[in-house]
This record gives sequence, C-alpha cells and structure tokens, in this order.
Amino acid sequence: MTEPTYEIALTVNGVHRTARAPARRLLSDFLRHDLGLTGTHVGCEHGVCGCCTILLDGAPARACLTFAVTAGGAEITTVEGLAAPDGTLSPVQRAFQECHALQCGFCTPGFLCTVTALLRENPHPSDEEIVEGLSGNLCRCTGYQNIVAAVRRAAGED
Amino acid sequence: MFGEPIPRREDPRLLTGQGRFLDDLGRDALAAAFVRSPHAHARILDIDVSAAVDVDGLVAIYTWEDLPGRVGDPLPLLIPHPALTHGRTGRPLARETVRYAGEPVAMVVAADRYLAEDAAGLVRVEYEPLPAVVGIDAAARAEHLVHDDVPGNVAAVLVQETGDAAAAIAAAPHTLEFDLAIERSAATPLEGRGVYARWDAADGSLRVYSSTQSSTAVRGAVAARLGLPAGKVEVVAPDVGGGFGVKIVHPWPEEVLVPWAARLLDRPVKWAEDRREHFVAAAHERGQQHHVRVGFDGEGRVLGLDVRIRHDHGAYTPYGIIIPIVTSTQLLGPYKIGAYRAEVTSLYTNTVIVTPYRGAGRPQGVFCMERTMDRIARHLGRDRADVRAANFIRPHEFPYDQGLTFQDGRPLIYDSGDYPALLRELRKLIGWDTFAELRARDGRRLGIGLGCYVEGTGVGPYEGGHVEIDTAGRVHVATGLTSQGQGHQTVFAQIAAAELGVPIEDVHVTTGDTRRFGYAVGTFASRAAVMSGNAIALACRKVRAKALRVAGEALEADPADLEITGGTVHVRGDRAAGVPLRTVAVLSNPLRYAFDEQSAAATQFAGGGSLDEPPVARGDEPGLEARDYYSPVRSTFAAGAHAAIVEVDPDTAEVRILRYAVLHDCGRLINPRIVEGQIHGGVAQGIAGALYERMAYDETGQLQNASFMDFLMPYATEIPRIETAHLETPSPLNPLGVKGAGEAGVIPVSAVIASAIEDAEGFVVDAMPLSPDELFRLRRRD
Repeated sequence: MTEPTYEIALTVNGVHRTARAPARRLLSDFLRHDLGLTGTHVGCEHGVCGCCTILLDGAPARACLTFAVTAGGAEITTVEGLAAPDGTLSPVQRAFQECHALQCGFCTPGFLCTVTALLRENPHPSDEEIVEGLSGNLCRCTGYQNIVAAVRRAAGED
Repeated sequence: MFGEPIPRREDPRLLTGQGRFLDDLGRDALAAAFVRSPHAHARILDIDVSAAVDVDGLVAIYTWEDLPGRVGDPLPLLIPHPALTHGRTGRPLARETVRYAGEPVAMVVAADRYLAEDAAGLVRVEYEPLPAVVGIDAAARAEHLVHDDVPGNVAAVLVQETGDAAAAIAAAPHTLEFDLAIERSAATPLEGRGVYARWDAADGSLRVYSSTQSSTAVRGAVAARLGLPAGKVEVVAPDVGGGFGVKIVHPWPEEVLVPWAARLLDRPVKWAEDRREHFVAAAHERGQQHHVRVGFDGEGRVLGLDVRIRHDHGAYTPYGIIIPIVTSTQLLGPYKIGAYRAEVTSLYTNTVIVTPYRGAGRPQGVFCMERTMDRIARHLGRDRADVRAANFIRPHEFPYDQGLTFQDGRPLIYDSGDYPALLRELRKLIGWDTFAELRARDGRRLGIGLGCYVEGTGVGPYEGGHVEIDTAGRVHVATGLTSQGQGHQTVFAQIAAAELGVPIEDVHVTTGDTRRFGYAVGTFASRAAVMSGNAIALACRKVRAKALRVAGEALEADPADLEITGGTVHVRGDRAAGVPLRTVAVLSNPLRYAFDEQSAAATQFAGGGSLDEPPVARGDEPGLEARDYYSPVRSTFAAGAHAAIVEVDPDTAEVRILRYAVLHDCGRLINPRIVEGQIHGGVAQGIAGALYERMAYDETGQLQNASFMDFLMPYATEIPRIETAHLETPSPLNPLGVKGAGEAGVIPVSAVIASAIEDAEGFVVDAMPLSPDELFRLRRRD
C-alpha cells in the first residue's frame, strides 16, 4: 500500500519551499532529506540532545519532535540561514569560532539556533541565565566552557 | 605559527551548516535498517519475513543464510594478543545464537528509512531464550556460559609482573587490601555510527563513506570480505560527529553488509545509526573490578603492589584485551613501584561488546593507583599530595623503564616528564595547602581531592604524510588518519606552514580519505599529533629541500643560502629577489606541453639545464611533492595532575564541583587553544563518568537506560569551569617534541572526584560513578 503524501509549503531561511511528504515525516527529516538542508542534525530523535534545534516562527523548536505537516505555512530558520546573505557570519557564529566553542561540529547548529533565540530575548544574560539557556543542548566534545564564553562574547560581555 | 592559538580552519564550514556528516551524504541512496535481538541470550529458531515483504518500497531482506562466503563469517579478531586464548567474535548477522540484546539478526533495505523500519518491524523471529550472564560476578561464577566452548566465560588471563610483589608486600612495614570498582559507560558521540556505499558496476569499484576512526582499516576489511582488490575500494571518513574510541572498531557488521548490499543491488545504500541502536549495538567500556594488595613504608613509599583485575568485555572480543592491558600497565602512573604484579581475567557477559572509550582502561588504572595513594595517606595520617611526591619518578631518571610490556608490544619506557613540578604547580593552582583554612571558614561540607596520571600516547606502528605544492602555490597536505573534531585541519596546517614557510591560508589538509593517502592506522590513543604531525613535518622537510634545490638552480644560488618566507624562496636576508613556490612547482615538472603562460617556462624549449643530463635526474621525480612516514620506536608519555574542590549537600547528597584544576604536560603545544578544548571535553566526560553515566543492565541483560532521557549525559548545568595550566617537557623521541593530548582530560577524573568526596565525607569511596542515592546509602552504612 502506498502511503499518502501531503503538500507542505513553508518558508525556510526566507525562501518559499514546497515538497510532498507523508504525515509521519519528521520536520528534521523533511528539512534534511526532502529539502536538502542537511545543516540541521539529528542526535537522538527523542528531543533530548537539541542537535535538531531550529527556529520555528522565531522560537527554538526540536525539529525531531515536530511533524513536517504541522509546519505548513511556518517561517523556519535553520543554521544555513543564520549568516548574512553575503556569507558574513552572525555575531553568534563568529563568537563560536573565536572562543573555540565547537569541536566535531555536530551539535553546533542546534546550539547556534538556541543561542540566537536566547540573545534575541535576553541580549545581556547573566552567567546563570546563559547556562540555563544552554541546558537543553548536549555537547560531547567541548565541556561547554567555551560555549558559555562564546555566548558571553556574542552578547558583548567580554 | 607552530604553538599559536589560531582559530580553527574547519569552523566556517561547520558554523554555517556546510559540514558533510555521514547522513548528509547520499540523498539518492536506499536505506538500511536492522532487526536486532530483543534477548540477551537466545537460540534463533525461525525467521519469518512473509509479513514484511508486502511493505511498499521494500527492496530486500537478508538473514545470515543469504550471506555468501566470507560476508557471513565471524568478524575479525583485530588484536590477537597471545593471552587471548578464547577470543570470539560475532558475525555480521547472527547465526543460530544471539548473545546480546541488540545483536543484528536481519538487514532490511528499502526506499527510505521509515519504510525500512516498517518492514523490519514485521520480520518475525522466533527465539528460544537462554540464561543470560550479566555482570562480572555472574560471569566469574560461570553457572551459565556465554559461549558453549569457552569454559568459565574466561577469554584471557594476562599477567604483567616486575619483581616479586608477593614477597615485597609480605616484607613491607605496612600493608592494605581492598576492592575498587568502576561501572560501565560509553563514548556516546552525538553522531552515531553510519555507512554509505556506492558500487560502480562499470568500473568494478566501490566507494564507502563511514563515520569511522580508521578509513584505511575499513578499506582493508571490506575489500577482504567482498573479495575485491584494495585498489577497487575507496573509503572516506567524512566529517565525523565525535568518536571517542567507539568508531575505531571495524568492520562493524553494518560496514560489511551495507557495501555488500550496494554491490549486490547495484544501488547506493546507506545506514545511519539511531540513538537507541547506538546504546544497544555499538560498544561500551569501563566496567572493571580490582582487588588491590599493597605494601609500603612509613613515608608512604610503595614497596609492592598486587592487583587482580576482572574485566567485563561483553559478548565478543573483536578489539581483544587492550583495555585491561592498558589498565594493568598505565596503573603505575608517575610512580616508582618497587615490585608489581597485575593479573587480568577478561570475562564474557551477555551484554554489548566492550572496546576502547576515551582513556581506554586508563581511568580504571588511575582510579586503582590514586585510591591506593589516598588509602596509604589515610593509614599513615600523612598528606595525600606528600605521599604521591614520595613515590614520584624524578626528572633525572628519564628514560624510565617500568619493566612491563605496553599495549604496542614494546617496553613501557617513559620518555620524559617532570612529575614533581606538575604536582607543585597543581598545589598552587588549586590552593592545596590553604584548603584546610578555607574549609574551616566556609562552613559548607567541602572536600578536596587530587589525582596524577601518565598517559602513553602516540602509539605506532606508523602514520604517513603527503605534501604537494601545486602550480598555483597551494600546499596540499594529506594524511590517512581520520578526524572527529580534534582540529586536525588546523594543527596539521600549522605544522606545514611552519615547516615550509608558507602562509597558512595556502595550506589545505585532507584526512581519512584513502583516495588521497592509502596507508594509515587510525585515530586513537592520543596519537594524531605525534604520528601524523611528525609524518607531515618530515614530508614537508623533503619538499622544502627539493624546493630549495630547484629554486637554487633558477636563482643560481647555493640551496644552503636559501630560505622560504611567505611562500617565496629567496637568498637569506634578501627578500627582493626570489622565486615563488608556485614557480618552483612549475620548474620541478619538466613539460612537453604548456598549459598556460607560466608553465611555458618548464617546457623543453624554454632553455636551462644541461643537455648532457636527462630532464628528470636519476633518483629524482617530477613535481614538488613528497611522502614520508613517522614510525616510533616506542610510545611517548604525556602526564598530568588534576585537583577538585567539591561541596556535598548534607541532606540531598548531591555533589557540586566548585573548582576543577588541571596541570597538563603533552610536550610541545602545537595549538594551545585546541589542546585546552581537548582537556575541557575530556574532563567533562570524566565528570560524567564519575557522577552521572552508567549502563543500567537488569539481570536479564536488558539495558534499562538506552536513551538520552535515562542515560544522564551532562548538560552545561553540570560541568564546572575548568582551570588549566601547562608544563612542556618535549618528547626526545620525535622531531616535533610533541606527545598527544586527546584523551588526557578524562583519565584521572573519577579518582579525583572520589578523593574529594571522601575528604568531604570522611568515609572511603571505592566505587564510581557515585550518584546521590548511592552517596546517601554510603552515609547510612557509615
């Protein structure tokens, strides 16, 4: 039996995109495999690691806990959309490089989206607010210290 | 350039979503999924695929019966140590018996992963459950066997010995005897394993991408299993989302089956491991028990040490007994132990296989030695740091022969170090000598702990480097060793830029791609900087010598008077008249056909050179390129000392790390920022292993916490700031004087945290990890 598919139209990184997918297709898989935006990574598929974090209508969301069909009409930003159109890195991306806040880079897209939203909401977070803001994303490489430093730098606090 | 904390060159790609991880490749590939055993130990009675064949998009289902020739054979025993008398390995798909929950039983290939999992869920396997052997005690009791033909569940008994430990302990003024244990944990990189294969039928060749720590080893294994010449198999490690040891194992069942299916189906096939699979079907580590007997004098000097180690290696032994070998040798750390005997018994259990995880047996060994030092101090009423200092190898005693055989089969001889200085600086950094006052003032329940270690790094047999300067002046550096986030593209470029005198922007590094470099061993044992770093330096030196020779002819100068600055060869002290390396590259390759204006200078009618000599001199080669290898006579030995101050909650028994300090010596630093990043990450994994992470198997062999909801990997909220300082005692063994830093951070952490908790609570801590409820129980027992 062929699985029914649905047309899903949404805006990703400012570009209108349309593709057909079954009802059960996760938004993470839809972005990665149907739209070819592989920057969003999948680390657990149960919403704990935060690798798949994207901005869904401006707010951080776990793409692995979202069905693509429910994102129809939404405005999505992925890691591919964080830099300026001319390729200039965003302040958060730049701070991550300057502070050596990434090693293997697999969790990094999720952190970048999380931190982008965090600083938009709270441009000058305290150290405690930074750690709290990062507490939904796992990183196995860095020990978090340089990620915390990068958030501080992106916020212009050092 | 060498030694500078420059930003990483891989970052812009990774920060913008342009990384190429395994599952980012092969959008057109079929997807594989696996039917895995739900039982820890069972006989397979029947496999019925009839319900699965109706799934739309299904391409194929394979069981062991379908695997031809060597494809279905047991996987290789990678390190056949003579002590491993009963080594057993699994097959790519189980035949007749499954021995751990998660063992692959059937492979399904379908149009996409959703459909492949649909079909996998409809494959009916009938099992006859058998008694499961779970845990070291059950394995040793051997009431049931994991393998019918392995008596006592014992795979190996290994003895390491120097002097007469029993006699030394018997004659010692003081003796102690106790047990120490470390539980199972796992590397758990955020990207799981994965493999993607494309068969080119016209060419008869296979390209395999694998999230591996050794692409050359995967190539060798896949070529052998599929009966292909190695030259027809290329293996590429793309961006790898963390490894920490687990991805050095090869070939995984999936690494054999996916390429095999891609060739059979003549379609690209991909498998990307999901998180649950990673918990139940990859590999674990650390689970080990130790019985210690020690004899010492009134100063705390160890006179004799006897350690009986029981190691749980899971259902199979593909990676041999490296972990307890490392434990039993690295246990000695920075100390002169009078007489020593370690006896390892390696046991089968019906659990996931055990293979190296960052530290690879060292955390257990250091836990033994450092807990022993603390016990001695406690027994004698002496300061814990002073007891360690009394046992240190002194700086003038290098090279120091520990009298044992290391994991590379070579003598355990330390190359260099200054352990008293490490401890001295650590005491200052953490405030060891003023802590008692701090605690008295503070009022909270505080404790301080410390731990020292020596890490054998940079094990052989070899790595190679290839360096080529092209006619645009680009420097292409390749090494076969892979990368999983250690910044190799940056540090190898730093080495090449420094050796060649070129801007780092001109250097391009490729790792782990057999198309570019076919001979390599792999990334493990903190060996990349030592092995590939030195190989690349040696290759650069060859290229440099040739560049000076060719440029010398063009400039009519003695090569000895030339140097390279900013990518231009010039007479020393005179940068005005020089020849850029891109031109040297042109001149190094005599041409018949010009392809642009610049290359015209290298054609046969461009003049220059003696007409009595051939255009390419005997023994010379065209091109500005060279290849060289670094093969060390022995390992290098990095070292460190860590200390922590913890606060324990008197009511909830929660442990909070207030300070964590690291003194680290990995010889010369190539990029201090990257080294510190490695330390931070290692310490974080160490803290995870000390306080949070464990593999919770029940008595039937079911892993109860096989998800990130239940396996407590720390977030930013759990990891303290780590204070670091460096000592640099260069290794005399290699041209760069480097030692390797990848695993260092994790090694002593369980020992340090146990030491600090013990100091805070006043009772002995002899097993890690330690959760609040366990600490609470220890308090009640005390």
